[in-house]
Amino acid sequence: MRPLFKFHGGIHPPTHKAESTGSPIAQAALPSKLVISLHQHVGNRAVPVVQVGERVLKGQIIGRPEGRLSSAVHASTSGTVSAIDMQLVAHQSGLPDLCVTLVPDGKEEWIPHSGVDYKQVAHTDLRHMLRQAGVVGLGGAVFPSDMKSYSHKHKIRTLVLNGAECEPYITCDDMLMRERAGDILRGAEVLRELLYAEEVLIGIEDNKPEAIAAMQQAVLGDKHAHMEVIAVPTLYPGGGAKQLIRVLTGIEVAAGVRSTEMGVQCFNVATAYCVWRAITYGEPLLSRIVTVTGNVEHAQNFEVLLGTPVDELVAQAGSKPDTERHIMGGPMMGVDLPSGSVGVTKATNCIIEASSRLFPPPPPALPCIRCTRCADVCPAELQPQDLYWFAKAKDFGKAQEYHLFDCIECGACAYVCPSQIPLVQYYRFAKSEIWQREREAQAAELARERHEFRLTRIEREKQEKAERLAQKEKAALAAKTAAPAPTPEPAAVAKAATDPDDTLQMRIDAAVARAKEQAAVAQPKNTDTLTPEQQAEIAAIEARRANIREMAAHAGADDEPPKSNQG
Amino acid sequence: MWSSPFITQPSSVSQIMLRVLLALIPGIALYVWYFGPAILVSIVLASATALATEAAMLKLRQRPLKPFLTDNSALLTAWLLALSIPPLAPWWLVVVGTAFAIAVSKHLYGGLGNNPFNPAMIGYAVLIISFPAHMTHWLTPHALAGTELTFGEQLDYIFNSVLPKGLSLDAVTMATPLDTLKTQLHLGLSVDNIRDMPIYGRLAGKGSEMVSIGFAIGGIYLLLTRIISWHLPVAFLATLFATAGIFHLLDPAHYVTPLFHWFSGAAMLGAFFILTDPVTSPTTTKGKLYFAFGAGLLTYLIRAFGGFPDGIAFATLLMNICVPLIDAWTQPKVFGKKGGGK
Repeated sequence: MRPLFKFHGGIHPPTHKAESTGSPIAQAALPSKLVISLHQHVGNRAVPVVQVGERVLKGQIIGRPEGRLSSAVHASTSGTVSAIDMQLVAHQSGLPDLCVTLVPDGKEEWIPHSGVDYKQVAHTDLRHMLRQAGVVGLGGAVFPSDMKSYSHKHKIRTLVLNGAECEPYITCDDMLMRERAGDILRGAEVLRELLYAEEVLIGIEDNKPEAIAAMQQAVLGDKHAHMEVIAVPTLYPGGGAKQLIRVLTGIEVAAGVRSTEMGVQCFNVATAYCVWRAITYGEPLLSRIVTVTGNVEHAQNFEVLLGTPVDELVAQAGSKPDTERHIMGGPMMGVDLPSGSVGVTKATNCIIEASSRLFPPPPPALPCIRCTRCADVCPAELQPQDLYWFAKAKDFGKAQEYHLFDCIECGACAYVCPSQIPLVQYYRFAKSEIWQREREAQAAELARERHEFRLTRIEREKQEKAERLAQKEKAALAAKTAAPAPTPEPAAVAKAATDPDDTLQMRIDAAVARAKEQAAVAQPKNTDTLTPEQQAEIAAIEARRANIREMAAHAGADDEPPKSNQG
Repeated sequence: MWSSPFITQPSSVSQIMLRVLLALIPGIALYVWYFGPAILVSIVLASATALATEAAMLKLRQRPLKPFLTDNSALLTAWLLALSIPPLAPWWLVVVGTAFAIAVSKHLYGGLGNNPFNPAMIGYAVLIISFPAHMTHWLTPHALAGTELTFGEQLDYIFNSVLPKGLSLDAVTMATPLDTLKTQLHLGLSVDNIRDMPIYGRLAGKGSEMVSIGFAIGGIYLLLTRIISWHLPVAFLATLFATAGIFHLLDPAHYVTPLFHWFSGAAMLGAFFILTDPVTSPTTTKGKLYFAFGAGLLTYLIRAFGGFPDGIAFATLLMNICVPLIDAWTQPKVFGKKGGGK
């Protein structure tokens, strides 16, 4: 037996898993439309590459990855693009995002696709395939998998495969492991290869004996030599990557530190499955397993096309009429969906139909009595009662000092709080306030720099003007001494000194002169108003020149150092 | 908008407080058994005063009445204070002490969860400083009493200060075992001679040692149900034991055994019910140990060398002052930041 480690705290909420494991994974019906978000992953939103009215095929890229941290988005089935616009999406922000609406034609017509033998292909190409196939972490973090399968800077010893699934109600990973264990492990093998990992530890909570048995059998049957299925104690949030890594390897990964720095990388079992499909069959990530449970007639897991509206999905499980809201994810960390019209995304592991009977609203919060039950269960070993105090008092500096940003928002503290204080909401509030203040501070800093620059510029211009004036006066004086001007009549001098009209005239003259000067400064240079073509031409010429100079320099260096260098 | 977690454990402050009240019952039962039912009068009187004061203060502070009146915290303060006051104390003593505890030391500091000092101990401190004479009329245990008051006679004394004809207060009350010890030591007697006096039983005072055991039983119930953690009571009792043990070993004629200290006065009540008040004790594990250590040491020093027979109340209050500092100094390292990784 492998020795397991413990993480601090944790809770045992009722699991409610049995409801949705009674029947095998069902294929969800083709919906009337698909609302596919172009931002289903961490990083940059994919850029739409289709037009409204265009017919697309199943698996066709409709959003190309933009920038390094991004991932492709595909048409989940064949059909016609009916809209590309901002729509509500399945995200906790509740804000709209860019979506492609697709009306399926029912033909399920695929683009041509084929896979490769991962052993014959360079790692860079494999990662590129994952990026183009839109493979992202399906455990909830939706981090692009290609970015996680590097091991350049740090030696990865252990690949952890996360099958813990500690949240109550959710069973999508459980069912996937029961039914498709072989492909999961083959995908894990690809990831192991990419990471050069020595061992693969597959952690599954011990309340899933069928999944454990299926995975164990697959390890033995396919002779995966470096893999081990490990039953971990059922304890929420044991499925958090950091908690699972701790339990399996004893390594504690601090907040802000990547586990790779400590030689461990962690992937969800469903991600490994998609990796295998993407590499071996060239199948992009078009669907995922979603648990539909809660206030429904028959809770079940469905294989759901990405973009399927939640309303249409839950109807297939018999959502009861008194359902008040849809929760995406589990009851501990899930989010209240802004609408039933949002499309299923790569992060949608579970939809819980919620009614006030199922999740009664908590009684009004009482004051904190510092009983520290929250600290007892906190997996990050924080002092939640203090963080609550600071967040409530808006003492954000102190909250950060007490490690607010180590909070993983698992909700264990709020779960046990006898005063029913929504602790996690206070932490989210504090975090968002701190982020907001940092943004404001940055903006203020920028404004300050601009302002200071402006002041120095004005000062400099003043000085320059004074110098010019002084020089003029000097020149005038020199001219005067060279040829003394006729002395003005005393009356005229007196008039100039006393007549306000004259001083006014002088001021007007000065203003005109200033305006002329400014106009001269603003006068465009002949290189300022170039067309883009001209600019491109100039740039090309400059590049050529630079190239030639460089070549010349190299040539000189190769033969003998140029004389000038020797002084 | 709703936000996760959507489920919570069905526990409440009210339940926690109720369990602590339940845990006091064995001690109270033994109290009644050895000293008569007068203590129940004090408890009822204190409870009524506490609830009335709580309601009045909530009204003044414009807070909702129901959630706070039913959180059982006022009742707990009342019971703990009643158990610290002599049962034959006049009714107004109980009322003044309880009202002060709830109104001043709890609500003027911001109500439940915000009071820096243990309200029951504040109430006790106010009474013992203001009315020292009234606070020494402890009932004689049944086994020693020449004359005993009936329940009716006890009520008559509590409410009207009237004793049956021909009976003086000294006939029905006596100093506590700790008090007696202190006085007799001053008179030059040795511990052995004092311990031979009829007031003492096997461990400490007759009757009162059994009451202490009752509170210890309740405390163990609280430990088993995880209402309290072991750190405070164990560290407190260990410190008291160790300090008393050192002095006893050095000079057995002047310092009683550690067990005597354990089962005298409010040691057990303090260890399991007073120090463990979550609001006024440290939140960190290490902090709890330091807090209890300080309270144990101060309790012993006040008992052995101070001006009051029992030191629990003052030790608790003095350590309450230190709680913010202790908490700040004992912040534990968070996950992943302990160094070494493993």
